[in-house]
Amino acid sequence: MSKYYLNYLEELESEAIYVLREVWAQFENPVILFSGGKDSIVVTHLAQKAFYPSKIPFPLLHVDTGHNFPETIKFRDNLVNRLDVELLVGSVQDSIDKGRVAEESGKNATRNTLQITTLLDVIEKNKVDCAVGGGRRDEEKSRAKERFFSHRDEFGQWDPKNQRPELWNIFNGNHFEGEHFRVFPISNWTEMDIWNYIKREKIEIPSLYFAHSRKVIWRSNSWIPYSEFLFLKEDEEVVLKKIRFRTLGDITITGGMESEADTLEKIVDEVATMRVTERGNRSDDKRSETAMEDRKRQGYF
Amino acid sequence: MQIESNQLLRFITAGSVDDGKSTLIGRLLYDSKSIFEDQLLSIELTSKRKGHKGVDLALFTDGLRDEREQGITIDVAYRYFTTPKRKFIIADTPGHIQYTRNMVTGASTANVAIILVDARHGVIEQTKRHAFIASLLQIPHLIVCVNKMDLVDYNEKSYTDIISQFEEFSSKFLIKDIRFIPISALLGDNVVNRSKNMTWYQGAPLLHILETMHISSDLNKVDGRFPVQTIIRPQKEGFIDYRGYAGRISSGVFRIGDEITIVPSGFSSKIKSIDIYKSTLQEAHAPMSITIRLEDDIDISRGDMIVRSNNLPVISQDIEIMLCWLHNIPAKPRAKYSIMHTTNNQKAMIKEIIYKIDINTLKSKHDDNAICMNDICKVKIRTTKPLTYDSYRKNRYTGSIILIDDTTNETVAAGMIL
Repeated sequence: MSKYYLNYLEELESEAIYVLREVWAQFENPVILFSGGKDSIVVTHLAQKAFYPSKIPFPLLHVDTGHNFPETIKFRDNLVNRLDVELLVGSVQDSIDKGRVAEESGKNATRNTLQITTLLDVIEKNKVDCAVGGGRRDEEKSRAKERFFSHRDEFGQWDPKNQRPELWNIFNGNHFEGEHFRVFPISNWTEMDIWNYIKREKIEIPSLYFAHSRKVIWRSNSWIPYSEFLFLKEDEEVVLKKIRFRTLGDITITGGMESEADTLEKIVDEVATMRVTERGNRSDDKRSETAMEDRKRQGYF
Repeated sequence: MQIESNQLLRFITAGSVDDGKSTLIGRLLYDSKSIFEDQLLSIELTSKRKGHKGVDLALFTDGLRDEREQGITIDVAYRYFTTPKRKFIIADTPGHIQYTRNMVTGASTANVAIILVDARHGVIEQTKRHAFIASLLQIPHLIVCVNKMDLVDYNEKSYTDIISQFEEFSSKFLIKDIRFIPISALLGDNVVNRSKNMTWYQGAPLLHILETMHISSDLNKVDGRFPVQTIIRPQKEGFIDYRGYAGRISSGVFRIGDEITIVPSGFSSKIKSIDIYKSTLQEAHAPMSITIRLEDDIDISRGDMIVRSNNLPVISQDIEIMLCWLHNIPAKPRAKYSIMHTTNNQKAMIKEIIYKIDINTLKSKHDDNAICMNDICKVKIRTTKPLTYDSYRKNRYTGSIILIDDTTNETVAAGMIL
C-alpha cells in the first residue's frame, strides 16, 4: 500500500526543488550564495537534486571576508570540485584595498557589514539577476516577513513595506535591467528541519559543526574562537574548550557552545532540547534590536 | 519525533483588531514550548518598558521596526512550530489595513483558517468578511475560536449564541468542515490545554484538533496535472539522449505506462520513467517534485502541462474569474496585463466586469466599474493564447492566476477561475 501524502520533510524538500527550478526557468544569470554554512550547503544539495542528472546549472558565489575559518574554505573548494560547478568569489579585502569600503575600527570591529558592498559589486559585475540564499523565516524577526522571491531595486535595496504579494505557488520574478532578486527556497524550514534533513540525506557538513577542541575566549556570552584577527581585551583569556558551532559566519563573530555532540544523531538530539535561538550567539545581530532588518534593507543576505 | 509520518499543516489566523489574534499565536507558541529563552527575555523587557503587566505574548509576533513602533502588523508574517505530531506554519495576517489583500495571500496556501470572534461582541461584519474570504479561497477547514470566554464568565450560552449566529450566515458559503471552540487565549483555556473553567465543552482543545484533523484529502488526488517547469537535458556521458520534464505535480497520481496528453498541443504519449535524484519511482503524486520522461520525442516546453489522457482540463481563451485586486493603482480598463497560470506566462485583457462584491454587505453590485485595491469582482478575461485550466473549486493550483502590470512588474491581482 502506498501512502498518497508527503511527510513534512518531503513536502519542504519538494517545495524547495520547485522554487529552485522556477529560478532556473525565470532568470538569466542566477547564483547560489554560498557561505559554507549548513543552510547554504542544504540549498546546494537541493539544487543538485532539482537538476539531476544535469549538474547544478549555475555558479556558487562566496563572499570572502578574509576572516574565514580555514575549514570553511577547504570544505567549499572540495564541494565545488565534487559538483563540478563554477565558483565566483567576492573579496572584502579587495573592496578595502580599492577603497570601496573602510575597515571598522575598535575592539568589536568586524567585516560583517562590509560584505554588503562586496556582494552588490559582484552581483553587478557578473550581471547576476538572482541570488539564491539559505535564509529562513524562523531565523530572525525581519526574515519572517521575507518572500520566497524577494525583489531588490537597482541599488540592491529591500523595501519590506512594499513587497509583492505571493499567492499559491506562483512566483513573479519579472524585473527590469539592473534589478535583481533574492530567492529563498528554504524559507519555511526551521533549524530543526535543517538538522533532520542533513541527517536523513547524509549531507556532508564542515567539521566545525561537530564538537571539537578549540582555543576560545569568553565574550558576549559565548565562546569566540581565537584567531589572528581577534584583539584580546585585558581581562580576556584564551582557553581550550570542547565546543561546536550552531551557525557559521566570520571567525571573528561566530560564537561556539560547549558541547559533546560529535555525531549528527547527537546534534539533532541537542538541538531539540535547545532553549536559545541559533542567532543568539551571533554578535552581528546583537548590535541593536533591528540590526538584521537594517542590514537587509541595504542589501545584506 | 516520528518524522516519517508527520505532516505539514498550514493555517491562517483571522480576526479583528483586539480579538486577541496575536495573543492566541503567542499562546500556541508559548504553551507548545516553541519560544526560545532569548526571545522570551526580549519580550519581557519590552513588556516592562511599555508598562504591561506580566509578559505580553502578542509582542512575539511583531516583526519590522515600524510595526513595533506603531504596534500594528503591516504584512503577512510566517511563524513555525512543531509538536510531536505535526509541523505547523502560521500565516499571521494583519486584521485592519489592507486585510483583504493580506488575508487572500495568506489563505492561498492554507489548509485551515482560524477565525477569532470576541465572545462579548459576537459575530460582527468583520467576521463575515473573514469567513467569506476563507470560503472564496476554498480553505478546506475552518475553526471558529470564540475568544475571551473569561470575560463572559465562561458562560455556555454566549458561546452557543455565537454558533447559531455564525451558522445562520455561513450556510451559503462553501466550507466543508466548520468547527467551534470556546477559548481564552490570554489565560490559555482550550488552546493547548483543556479548560477547567468550561466543563460543559466536550470537544478537544485547539492544538489537539490542529494536530489530528484529517488533511491528506485536502489535495486533489483525482485529476492528473503536471505543469512543466523546465526541461532537463544533461548532454553528458551516460545521459546523452536524456530528455526529462521537470515539475511539481499539481494534483492526481502518475504511474509508469500511463497514457498522457500534452496540453495545449494535444499530442499524446506514455510515461516511460518517473525520475528523482539518483533513483526512479513506479508512481508519484501531488505535491511531489519529479522529472518525467516519455516514450515519444515530442516538442514540449515550459508552460505546457502533462495530463492524464482520460481526464483533460478545460482549454479556452475566454475565462470567467473571481478577481481580487491587490495593488493601490486601480485596474486600467481594457489594459493588457501579463497573466501567470501554473508555469504558463502570457498576456490577458480584462474584458468585462460582471459584478463587484461589496465586502461589507457581501451583496453583488452591478453598476460599479472601477476595480481598486482590495476589491473582489467577477470578471471576464481574454488571453492571447488558449489557457488550459481547471476550475479553482476542483483544483487550487491549476485554477489560480495572478496578473502582473508590465509597466511596474508588480503583482496587481489574484484570480480564482470559475
